[in-house]
Formats: sequence, structure tokens, C-alpha cells
Amino acid sequence: MSKIPTKKELARALEARHGTSLQKTFANSRIAVCGLGGLGSNIAISLARAGIGTLILIDYDRVDITNLHRQQYKATQIGMPKTKALAENLAEIAPYLNIAAHTARLTLSNYKSLLSGADVICEAFDNAEEKAMLANAVLANLPETYLIAASGMAGIGPANSIKTQKISSHFYLCGDGASEVTDGVSLLSSRVMLCAAHQAHTALRILAKEFDV
Amino acid sequence: MVIINGTPADAAGKTLSAFLCSAGYDTKRIAVEQNGLIVPKAEYDSVTLNDGDKIEIVSFVGGG
Repeated sequence: MSKIPTKKELARALEARHGTSLQKTFANSRIAVCGLGGLGSNIAISLARAGIGTLILIDYDRVDITNLHRQQYKATQIGMPKTKALAENLAEIAPYLNIAAHTARLTLSNYKSLLSGADVICEAFDNAEEKAMLANAVLANLPETYLIAASGMAGIGPANSIKTQKISSHFYLCGDGASEVTDGVSLLSSRVMLCAAHQAHTALRILAKEFDV
Repeated sequence: MVIINGTPADAAGKTLSAFLCSAGYDTKRIAVEQNGLIVPKAEYDSVTLNDGDKIEIVSFVGGG
């Protein structure tokens, strides 16, 4: 097995890609990913590759065979808690990434402590009511933290309908706003990745002080 | 007129709650901002929509 790069070597490689200033900004940032499913696992990988210093990863669930269809897990990880599996996968991609993993359900009683210190929160839940709960709680009680939520990415509709909207100064929404998971309509990896990429990209833009969409 | 999600609506004077009900929103799946500030769910009944208000209603759908 070949030796992995040192922390400095990796930092230099990232600087060569996006410049010293952005690399330092990303390395000093802390982003929370709430939900590690189709959206969350893809968001986490994108952010890890970009050189984000710390990721807070929250999910109570385990990897299921049906997840492999769009979530960044491996067949050998079925049955493992998603926090553990994703942390393992991220460690191979970004060995110096700091991970604060919480195998827990995010609730109104614990969200403040689990999300403390986050510069940006990526909402990556599956359930519409939980999405609304998190959005309302964060916007009311963590008003300095940027929230990037997601709504509408199911089905085989056009890629071009996935977009990012800026709802207000600290609230961004990605997705097509309408395509929900129903009995006949499920999620496709490519379209979910599009929404996750919008969220990860918006997070990076915010850190780079680009606040428009 | 009240601007709701970018579209003018004749809703001035209504409570937020009454407007949401008449427009068919599921209050468990939404987040509402009035002039850039989140309106807590507990205040939907007491907040009134005013002429010139800019209201954003984000209606979440499942999947992720």
C-alpha cells in the first residue's frame, strides 16, 4: 500500500487548485451536514474534497442495501451506522479532515448543541416535516449561521430544473421545489447528486463570501 | 398588496394563519419569512400580513 500524502502536501495540492486564500478559508471552516443519505453523503464528499477543515455529520441510521443506489456507501458497509461508514470513506479521500460524528436523531432538544460552531448547516433530511422543523429552528435560533436546505429532487425530470434560490440573507434552498418522493416516483443518483452539488457549492461560495445565487 | 413568493396577493389584514389555511398550505411542512425574518410557528395566529410586506413561504417536499 502506498504512503498517503502528508497534511502539508495535501494542503499544497489544494492551494494549487483553488489558491492559498480559499484553501485557508476552507480549512478553517466548520460545516454541519444533517442527514447522511443521498444528499448528505454526497455533500460531505464534495466538501471533504474541497478541503473543508471540519465536518459535523449527523444521522441515526444504518446503511441499507437500497441506499447503494444513490448514497456514497459501499456494499461491504451494509448494516454499519452511516456516521461510521461515511467517516471511513471520507478518511480515505481526505485523511486530515476533522469529523465530529453524531449517530443520533437531530431534534429540537439537541440541535443547538450538535450544530454549535457550524459556519454553515446543510439540511439533508428525507422527510418534509423534519426539513421544516430544522429550518424553523435554525432560522429563529441560530440566525448567524447559514442554512442551505433542499426540497424537490425526485424522479427523472430535467437536470436543469435543479436550482439554488436565496430566500433571505442566511437561508438558501436547492432543488426543483416540487418533485417529491411518492409511490411511483423515487430518487435517481444523478439528480440527487445535482441537488447535493448545489448545496455543497453554495456552502463553498458562502465561505468565499459570494452570497448571490 | 402583499408580495407572496414574488407574486402580489390581496391578503393585507389577514393573519398569516388564515392566509396559509385559505391557500392550502400544510403548516407542518413550511417555513415562513416576513420581510426577511422567520416567523415562528407559534406566532402564525397572531402575525398580520401588512400592505407592502414581502412574504416567503418555503414548502418542503420529501426526498433526500
